[in-house]
Amino acid sequence: MSALATTVRPRRRSFVGLGFVAPFLAVFAFVLVIPVGYSLYLSLFQDKLIGGRSFVGLDNFTRLFADPKFWDGLGRVSLFLAVQVPVMLGLALVAALAIDSGRLRGASFFRISVFLPYAVPGVVAVLMWGFMYGDQFGLAANINSLIGSHVLQPLTPKWILLAIGNIVTWEFVGYNMLIFYSALRSVPGELYEAAAIDGAGSWRVVFSIKLPALRQAIVIATIFSIIGSFQLFNEPNILRTLIPSVISTYFTPNMYAFNLSFAGQQYTYAATLAIVMGVFTAVIAYVVQLRGSREANR
Amino acid sequence: MSTPVRHRARAVAALAVGALVSVSLAACSSSSSSSGSSSDASAGAASLDAALAAGGEITYWTWTPSAKDQVAAFEKAYPKVKVNLVDTGGAGDNNTKLQNAIKAGSGAPDVVQIEYQSLPQFVLPGNLLDLTPYGIGDLQSKYSASTWGAVAQNKGIWALPQDSGPMVMFYNKTVFDKYGLTVPTTWDEYIAQAKKLHAADPTKFFANDPGDAGYTTSMIWQAGGHPFVADGQNVKINLQDSGSTKWADMWNQLNEAGLLGAIPGWSDQWFQGLGDGTIATLVTGGWMPGVLEASVPSGSGQWRVAPMPTYDANNLVTAENGGSSEAVVKQSANPALAAAFLRWLNSDPESIKIFLASGGFPSTTADLESSDFLNKESAYFGGQKINQVIVDSSKHVASGWQYLPWQSYANSIFSDTVGKSFLNHTDINEGLKAWQEQNVSYGQEQGFTVSTN
Amino acid sequence: MTTMNRTPRTRGTRTTSHGPFGGPSTRLTLVMVLFALYALLPLAWLVINASKTQPALFSSFGLWFSGPFALIDNITQVFAYDDGIYLRWLGNTLLYVVLGAGGATALATLAGYGLAKYEFPGKRAVWAVVLGAIAIPGTALAVPTFLMFSQLHLTNTIWAIVVPSLVSPFGLYLIWVYALDAVPNEILEAARIDGAGELRTFATIGVRLLTPGIVTVLLFAVVATWNNYFLPLIMLNDPKLFPLTIGLQQWNLKATGVSASPIYNLVIAGSLLAIVPIIAVFLSLQRYWQSGLAAGSVKA
Repeated sequence: MSALATTVRPRRRSFVGLGFVAPFLAVFAFVLVIPVGYSLYLSLFQDKLIGGRSFVGLDNFTRLFADPKFWDGLGRVSLFLAVQVPVMLGLALVAALAIDSGRLRGASFFRISVFLPYAVPGVVAVLMWGFMYGDQFGLAANINSLIGSHVLQPLTPKWILLAIGNIVTWEFVGYNMLIFYSALRSVPGELYEAAAIDGAGSWRVVFSIKLPALRQAIVIATIFSIIGSFQLFNEPNILRTLIPSVISTYFTPNMYAFNLSFAGQQYTYAATLAIVMGVFTAVIAYVVQLRGSREANR
Repeated sequence: MSTPVRHRARAVAALAVGALVSVSLAACSSSSSSSGSSSDASAGAASLDAALAAGGEITYWTWTPSAKDQVAAFEKAYPKVKVNLVDTGGAGDNNTKLQNAIKAGSGAPDVVQIEYQSLPQFVLPGNLLDLTPYGIGDLQSKYSASTWGAVAQNKGIWALPQDSGPMVMFYNKTVFDKYGLTVPTTWDEYIAQAKKLHAADPTKFFANDPGDAGYTTSMIWQAGGHPFVADGQNVKINLQDSGSTKWADMWNQLNEAGLLGAIPGWSDQWFQGLGDGTIATLVTGGWMPGVLEASVPSGSGQWRVAPMPTYDANNLVTAENGGSSEAVVKQSANPALAAAFLRWLNSDPESIKIFLASGGFPSTTADLESSDFLNKESAYFGGQKINQVIVDSSKHVASGWQYLPWQSYANSIFSDTVGKSFLNHTDINEGLKAWQEQNVSYGQEQGFTVSTN
Repeated sequence: MTTMNRTPRTRGTRTTSHGPFGGPSTRLTLVMVLFALYALLPLAWLVINASKTQPALFSSFGLWFSGPFALIDNITQVFAYDDGIYLRWLGNTLLYVVLGAGGATALATLAGYGLAKYEFPGKRAVWAVVLGAIAIPGTALAVPTFLMFSQLHLTNTIWAIVVPSLVSPFGLYLIWVYALDAVPNEILEAARIDGAGELRTFATIGVRLLTPGIVTVLLFAVVATWNNYFLPLIMLNDPKLFPLTIGLQQWNLKATGVSASPIYNLVIAGSLLAIVPIIAVFLSLQRYWQSGLAAGSVKA
């Protein structure tokens, strides 16, 4: 919100600006606002193979909050979020600081290599890792035979969340690194000169100049990662074709919604789930945003 | 299709009344021809011939490899008909897409491939066209009893059988010879051999079972179970009937002892395991030879076919596994032409010849019993006349099996329930109970009257 | 003109080091070598295995070449398989990218510029709604969008893919933030005094000054559409309309079921081909997007 306040002297108070925004708003309404409204409407009904559609009030919501499958999936993505997001952002931060430190040979090579996986379509990434994860004939098997044990079994229940976390981290660590790196590049050079005159060491520079400068970038990256975690779908859903018993149909809330509608024909219940997840995610993202800016203002 | 036309007609008001009437009349007449005149079968057959002569355009969804050649041959024989072939990639996607298109009210094909096990779920909501009025019933004698039973149910004929999957046992002879195993004829012997192999080499699996629904239901079918009985809106689900527990208790001896390989079915690793002897036997449908030949070249010369092991050494009872039919979708704008194409596709000798050449296993008795077919020696199987074993199995399929009216949903949650028993090597009966429970509540939610005994 | 010098474009290309505290560090370089290995090894795996035949794929060590070198052969097969359906998928993907990402960028640029440079009634409301939209899980909307589109008979058409791709709240946000700095009000005022219309001012001055931001938004929209999976998965059922992502997954599923015919070698070679264009675009436009991103990451 701070950006809004910095708008320099309002130009002309007229509808010209609205004209610029109108095309976006029209499409926005069509693909976001109306579907949200439509799913709200749907969530009040129930579809039956026998008997068709009937109004059920808030029954779908009561049912959802008592649905162990929903909570199972939500718990799983929360655990995923609590572990994978900090690890990924931590790695991204380390990489960004290292590349920005100026003490690296070939910094631009590292920058682009770490970023490259982001350009790989998620489907391709999962197919690739899926092949490598094979513990009979895949790369995992190769490594197991190298170290002479059968310890590496990425596609078993014990390992699967880790295996998915690894794929997601691989895909997005570079993207987050880039956001951090870009923020570091915009720190005014004079600050560093001042620090050098003060005789500050490189660790002190990191903690007193670089990390504070990164605060907003970290908040943004965290919000996007939270949204991404709650939406987790592609990676487990494609891996599921390999290991259906390990990854259940309600492994993540998004997968549950997908299977409810397209395998179970329970469109209205799925719409209810979508709404609840949307509200849930928006609230959490908002809280993170609030906390982030409050600390920044401290 | 008539709704938008009607809306527009209403908007133009009085002037369009004539058009409105003619549109609704057209709608009436086409619907009456598809449900009313079931009495006159020969007239129905004639109407198909007329549709072929008149020509038109239809869309056909399938994942059968020979479809492209079949369609080409059809278009050559009936130049006025254009068939838009859509390769849907596989059964799972196919069902979802068909469901979506039907839900969307447009974009559904005219003719579509549907697995036998998924037919009821499209029949029950009235998504498919009853083929009875087109004289399709006359073709009954052409098909094996078990496949006809799958398409003719609920007072109608909803599809025509394409292939079938009478179950047999494939075994890797190289592995059997190396470890001195004998070919089991009963499940008791099967378990004994599995233990023997595991003791000799724990890296080899006598049987690989990642736990898939199709395999489990087929095994219960063979054991004499009737866990699903559907009669209109009344559905009985009992996955603890005598047949179901008979199979589960037998299979538990392998599962709980950790004797089953858990290589994901149809994965790259699975194909590899079939080629290098990691998987020693495979009990599955008679369509498997085509898959082995095409996809496991390194297994050539190693595999053999034997009858499915039984519970009673003196009494061969088998089941079907997999296989599909083609049906006409109710939304079809040209149902007569679609039915005519379907009739040609699954009963014309020319079409079936192309299907067989691609490695398919037929459902038509004439082909199942032709001496060419029975006496064909398969080089991949070391010169064995494998079709004799498979055709023999098709004659011993237990009768009276039914699938659920929501089988593909049921299959989708199989891995959440029974699949866990396989994963954790625990009692399969517990998994079956959980599967039953979830299906009962699903059926009730969907408005069925569900009982469990 | 001092504002001009502070634009992110200049920041991005600045080469001064941020670490005047010591020379090159071997330890740091080692850490980054590990990072690079982690990022690049899977891609190396893809290149190596795209050069293997189907049998060699199964029976060889994953990270080294084995069997006949079949890369060219695999690529030829990818393009030939099923009457060249891969080319069709590639063409579809390009079409979706041009219409979807291009349209999204245009809409975001117009709207972001309008928000940054004009005051109008309801502006705060627009801002709040768009911010909220960033937080709404896109895939959660997929099911209702599918139902709505099916009512409108839009499913299984290219519009089912293109129209939802047209909205990029993040793009709008980025342009908006970028325009605040990069397009000085004085220049716009000068143009107005010269008698230029608002749209003309935007087209001649705004777009030029916003270029790094626009390129950034375009690139990220391109990646999003190029990699789009969930939306086409539920919206399309005609393989002739598939983008590459769905097509490749369908090839992967060819290994399943009664008439299985695995073509893993084509899945892998096809995947490799699918990422080459997007990586090329990213590498060649590096200079622009890095500076464009800088703007988004410092404001909020």
